[in-house]
Amino acid sequence: MKNIHVSTTVNGDNVEFICPPGETLLDALRDRIGLKGAKEGCGTGDCGACTVEMNGEIVCSCLVLGAEAEGAEIKTVEGMANGDTLHTLQQSFIDNAALQCGICTPGILVAAKALLERNPDPSETEIRYWLAGNLCRCTGYDKIIKAVQIAAAEMRGA
Amino acid sequence: MQYFKPQTAAEATDILAKGAGKARILAGGTDLLVQLKSGMIEPESIVDIKHLDGMRDITQEDGGYRIGAAVPGIKLGQHAGVVALWPGVVEACELIGSTQVQGRCTMVGNLCNGSPAADSVPAMVAANAVVRIVGPDGTRDCAVIDIPTGPGKTSLKPGEFVTSIFLPARPPRASDAYLRFIPRTEMDIAVASAGVSLELAEDGTISAARVTLGAVGPKVMLVEDAANAIVGTKLEDAAIDALMAACRAAASPIDDKRGTVEFRTHVAGVLAKRAARIAMQRAGDKT
Repeated sequence: MKNIHVSTTVNGDNVEFICPPGETLLDALRDRIGLKGAKEGCGTGDCGACTVEMNGEIVCSCLVLGAEAEGAEIKTVEGMANGDTLHTLQQSFIDNAALQCGICTPGILVAAKALLERNPDPSETEIRYWLAGNLCRCTGYDKIIKAVQIAAAEMRGA
Repeated sequence: MQYFKPQTAAEATDILAKGAGKARILAGGTDLLVQLKSGMIEPESIVDIKHLDGMRDITQEDGGYRIGAAVPGIKLGQHAGVVALWPGVVEACELIGSTQVQGRCTMVGNLCNGSPAADSVPAMVAANAVVRIVGPDGTRDCAVIDIPTGPGKTSLKPGEFVTSIFLPARPPRASDAYLRFIPRTEMDIAVASAGVSLELAEDGTISAARVTLGAVGPKVMLVEDAANAIVGTKLEDAAIDALMAACRAAASPIDDKRGTVEFRTHVAGVLAKRAARIAMQRAGDKT
């Protein structure tokens, strides 16, 4: 088993790491780069807790090899806030109590941000379908959907 | 295990051929990584083909489209030309997994994974799509229907891999549709599915049709009796009844936790009926 040297961009920063060929991007982000925002829920692409953006599309980082990050642009939840100022979605999730245990939250924030960048005014149905791959076992989803809608309205107004 | 990122298709087939069944192709990885983690497969080599020429491209060819083996679902849906020509294939591909999975999953992977319940496969067979295969003996083309041979099995020979799928040209008054049944609204595996592609004559009667079923047998089915039942008709009630009867006669599903034989057989007919009506509507709207 030969380790692989990977040179990539995470949240705008050039990052290099060395990983075994079978290691997932999720494990590389968490254990080699120290970004613990993306979570491992199922490890099989069903729950979305590990969602990150890769070359402009959201992906389950548990279903990507670290080696595939070579030359890619990765964005994680850690890149959402601007210094001490939270992203509108992050603030909306706090203000509207859209999380309880918080395990699903980083993945949902990354996925919701990608949605609002493409569609600033999504319907409730569009939000629910877009986030169908992000499971939450605490809130029952209503507060999450509302928090996204409220953030979308604020972002449109801003 | 080693990770390879070959620079040419010849290099990739060489690694695959030498791997003697212990080498696996990586494109979107949404099946491969799950199988790796579960211990279902223990390959010695992973061959990443995403960076080979043409793998991520959708190109016009002879009035149709050639879709690279590493084009993810979300990119297919963003391509206005493919959506206009083959809406049924696109809607089938878009049913694979979540938004996150769509960012990675490919139609070629869906095909070569060999699941009898694969969503894009019945739609591709209805479209009479053809895959291009590269292998130790060079390049060959093969109809999509001849790729799956049973659950998890394909007709690809050692060292071969699929580089693209070709969706052919079609007359102006033609369209297609794909439907599946799942017990929830998103993120599930087809219990039964149907694809219909058809062409209309000047007077609006169906002049040609292909009807396919998924998840009701060990591999995708092209149901010629069902197509014959609707050719020359405008989908009147009698034609619809004959279509449904032909689909139910062809279906040979298994009983499992997701559906019974009786239910799957019944639903296969219903889905074919509805898909035919949608395809008819879409073809009619083009006139």
